[in-house]
Amino acid sequence: MFTVSGIKLSGLAVSVPKQKVSNHDYPFATVKEKELFIKTTGIENRRIAPEGLTASDLCFEAAEKLLLEMQFDKSEIGVLLFITQTPDWIIPPTAIRLQHRLALQKSCIALDINLGCSGYVYGLSVMSSLLKTTGAKKGLLLVGDVSSSVVSEKDKSTSPIFSDAGSATVLEVCGDENKIHFSLHNDGEGYNAIIIPDGGMKSKFTPSSVEFQKISDGIERNKTHLIMNGVDVFNFSLREVAPDAKQLLAFCGKETKDVDYFVFHQANLLMNEAIRKKLALVPEKVPYSLKDFGNTSSASIPITLVTQLRYRLTNEKLSLLLSGFGVGLSWGTAILETDKMTCLPLIQI
Amino acid sequence: MQLEDFIKIFEAELADIAPGTIKPDTVFKLLDAWNSMQALILIAMIDSEYGVTLTAENLYDCLTVSDLFSVVQSKKAVLNS
Repeated sequence: MFTVSGIKLSGLAVSVPKQKVSNHDYPFATVKEKELFIKTTGIENRRIAPEGLTASDLCFEAAEKLLLEMQFDKSEIGVLLFITQTPDWIIPPTAIRLQHRLALQKSCIALDINLGCSGYVYGLSVMSSLLKTTGAKKGLLLVGDVSSSVVSEKDKSTSPIFSDAGSATVLEVCGDENKIHFSLHNDGEGYNAIIIPDGGMKSKFTPSSVEFQKISDGIERNKTHLIMNGVDVFNFSLREVAPDAKQLLAFCGKETKDVDYFVFHQANLLMNEAIRKKLALVPEKVPYSLKDFGNTSSASIPITLVTQLRYRLTNEKLSLLLSGFGVGLSWGTAILETDKMTCLPLIQI
Repeated sequence: MQLEDFIKIFEAELADIAPGTIKPDTVFKLLDAWNSMQALILIAMIDSEYGVTLTAENLYDCLTVSDLFSVVQSKKAVLNS
């Protein structure tokens, strides 16, 4: 656990594809299965990117509108991070293309980071540290995924869960009284709990990679699709998330009553409610965006902030605990304060 | 912890199961209501009620509700030792 002083979040925007799909219309499960799924996961509707609209496009739109609203000199942005598991290409890094599209300076550091559900918290940490060491005034953190492009539509264990979104967050240097506390963890033993088997160097893409296999009723996919071991991921989250939040609260001398909102990665309602109960939090302090936006991977924390807390983020000073957890396995918690930050309404493209 | 209470909780968590349907020797994986989603619901329930976590291997190895109860009992004993 560690603390970074003198960095604050000053702007936030999130964009989603216009196209809505309802899990009531999911064609590869029975009506009963769909009812149980919606009740248990809390996911009723999702946003799906059309072919060709990528995570970088969603983040770009969010960033363009945010920078237009905030009206500062782009040359102040010294760091650009793009956190995704659905980059535009394997080579080159998408962040560098985004640096050019956003007309940022060539001296702006631009990096891709491959992380999923813990990505927003990790991104805040990496950005804060880089701003402290590079002398840059501002950093642009772009976090998002088009997970719909890597799941099989015929896999009822993944397809009705995931949804697409991209976010842009501006962090900036400020007085040392502003502190962000972090706790970051990983466990590579669980590397295959969420995995796309083929396409990397360990198991290269071959013609057989795209051959569909029937795994069980309602689960058909090929080796370029995402596989999720639901029980392993569920147990990992039950085991690690609440204790990590408790430990970070203790580390910075706070109690749950000192935090206005606990914003968790939107995994599914069953899991998130189990975590909320472990921390004995009242429902009013734990916002959800699952119903209409599903699990948007790395963008789930920012989309929850924008869709559920925008008014308060814009008008008040808030104490937040943010917690991301998932693929890796990787998990992280951040405790921070925001003060009347710029927060745009949800952008739909 | 009692087997009768465990069965009541198990029944309450399963969709479309009438009270009294589940017996200690019920092979739960053969129930119409059993599926992968119910497995997660059961894990969450046992974690909340008994403070222990069932693994995928536990669920795979257990045949009957009574088997499941024994696993929960032994995990809880380890926890309390």
